[in-house]
Amino acid sequence: MFVLPFEKPIADLVEKVRALRALAASDRRFEPELQRLEEKTSRLAREIFADLTPIQKVQLSRHANRPYTLDYVKRLFTGWVELKGDRRFADDQAIVAGLATYHGRSVVVVGQQKGRGTKENVKRNFGMPHPEGYRKAIRMYELADKFGLPVLTFIDTPGAYPGIGAEERGQSEAIGAALAAMARARVPIVATIIGEGGSGGALALGVANRVIMLEFGCYSVITPEGCAAILWNDGARADEAAAQLKITAPELLQLGVVDLVVEEPTGGAHQDHDEAARMLDQTLWQTLTSLDGLSGDELVDDRYRRFRALGSFLA
Amino acid sequence: MSWPEKTPPSAGEKRSIGAGVFRRCEGCGETVTADDLAANFEVCPRCGHHHKLAAKGWRALLCDEGALEAWDEHLVPDDPLRFSDGRTYKERVAAAQKKTGAREGIEIGKASLGGRPIGYGAFVFAFMGGSMGSVVGEKITRLFERAAEEELPVVLLSASGGARMQEGILSLMQMAKSVAALERFRQRRLPFLSVLLHPTTGGVAASFAFLGDVNIAEPKALIGFAGPRVIETTIRQTLPPGFQRAEFLLEHGMIDAIVPRLEMKQTIGLLLDHLQDARAARTPR
Repeated sequence: MFVLPFEKPIADLVEKVRALRALAASDRRFEPELQRLEEKTSRLAREIFADLTPIQKVQLSRHANRPYTLDYVKRLFTGWVELKGDRRFADDQAIVAGLATYHGRSVVVVGQQKGRGTKENVKRNFGMPHPEGYRKAIRMYELADKFGLPVLTFIDTPGAYPGIGAEERGQSEAIGAALAAMARARVPIVATIIGEGGSGGALALGVANRVIMLEFGCYSVITPEGCAAILWNDGARADEAAAQLKITAPELLQLGVVDLVVEEPTGGAHQDHDEAARMLDQTLWQTLTSLDGLSGDELVDDRYRRFRALGSFLA
Repeated sequence: MSWPEKTPPSAGEKRSIGAGVFRRCEGCGETVTADDLAANFEVCPRCGHHHKLAAKGWRALLCDEGALEAWDEHLVPDDPLRFSDGRTYKERVAAAQKKTGAREGIEIGKASLGGRPIGYGAFVFAFMGGSMGSVVGEKITRLFERAAEEELPVVLLSASGGARMQEGILSLMQMAKSVAALERFRQRRLPFLSVLLHPTTGGVAASFAFLGDVNIAEPKALIGFAGPRVIETTIRQTLPPGFQRAEFLLEHGMIDAIVPRLEMKQTIGLLLDHLQDARAARTPR
């Protein structure tokens, strides 16, 4: 398992907890020790993670073992049917979409999907969508609108792919059109930033009535590396850029860009996918049902007001 | 993403010889008098090369008598992130204001185009690369909102490096805000003509700029999502000639037409007449 230097002490302890838990399952005499170790681990994790720098949080948001969209789909939903293709050019596997049942309700799901390992990452283009991915998303927003289904999106991308084909096929137009399709959908939309929220490529899944963010996610107008390259011609100063840009969950909550922050399991979501999904589930379900009773027009107005209020200027 | 110091000074300011009487054309390299170039709205009288035209020049070109009833001029940037890269954001804003004489990177308002009332917006590229922060996003939003109220079509000229980094995530949110306002405007069935100038990239390209009922570009304008340097770094290849130029976009179906600057007013007028013909027919002329 991939381990970041600063999380090593926690990762080691989590590993021991796991081993002990297996022992305790067959021999109850280990239970007191298990409890002690669990407490110690969670205390240490809280201590270490309380002092994380913004760039360390960025590293956590990109952690190779972090749960991705399909990891949540598997745990949160039943009746999953994946729907593919933009009906124009191709199926972009950097965005997955489909229909699913969430606590008895049918919902439309759209999320960026990263790959685990080189082979799958190539297939998923490291979670960086092309225009066809955004056009698939638009198709889903329109499908949801037509059949009155809520939309749940999962944001996890370094950004929209900057390449020749992407430009030829209109990356800009695809993202702009996705923003518009979300703005006009007469159904509830809840977005969750589960990992990296990379700029316009993330926002194309983010024009929601409510935006939830995981504790160690990030959301930014530009990657800290890109920002540092522009500011100082030195991508290595990403740590300074990350601090300047205010991209961590508590900062974004304060700016009003996200509405709710969901805590992650001890040591981060990557330590326990089941627990991460369980913790998200509570907030996600409450948030979705909090929009019950709003008409289509009211949902569009609610979303309009939410984004209309964002920005800071002097008059 | 924009960065003021990497932005070359506008054509009007550079390569002046002597007391600014002569200028060298960036297209053909010929020496032209500054007066001739200015009188021709920065289009080279010899080769037709389009140099950047400042917002003031666009007003003179498109708005009758060069007149704009400006809206919301009092909005000025805040510094929500207390951003500093060695120099503070506040200092950069003050420098841009001094350099351009504008308070922010866009002007909006009501104007007349060949006698037709319009809602008008034009980016001030010289102001921090026309980057979109909270003020630019708010003004575009107000342009669509007020134009909807007053039943005016909107003509919006974009020239921008994208979102303004110094306002971080709040700049990104302007994309959603402005597009949501455009969606509301659209429901009134009023025309939105988007004019893409050199250069239009990043968060401005990827929000409202490609959502015009008609998208028009100037010849050879650089238009795209990612800047060429970002793409070259990502794919580690040299980009083909003409990549992301207006002609490339036309070929790939992303814009309706390339219109030379000196024909812009006439073309926009004609488009507005066509698109509003049915509306005009309903009300006695």
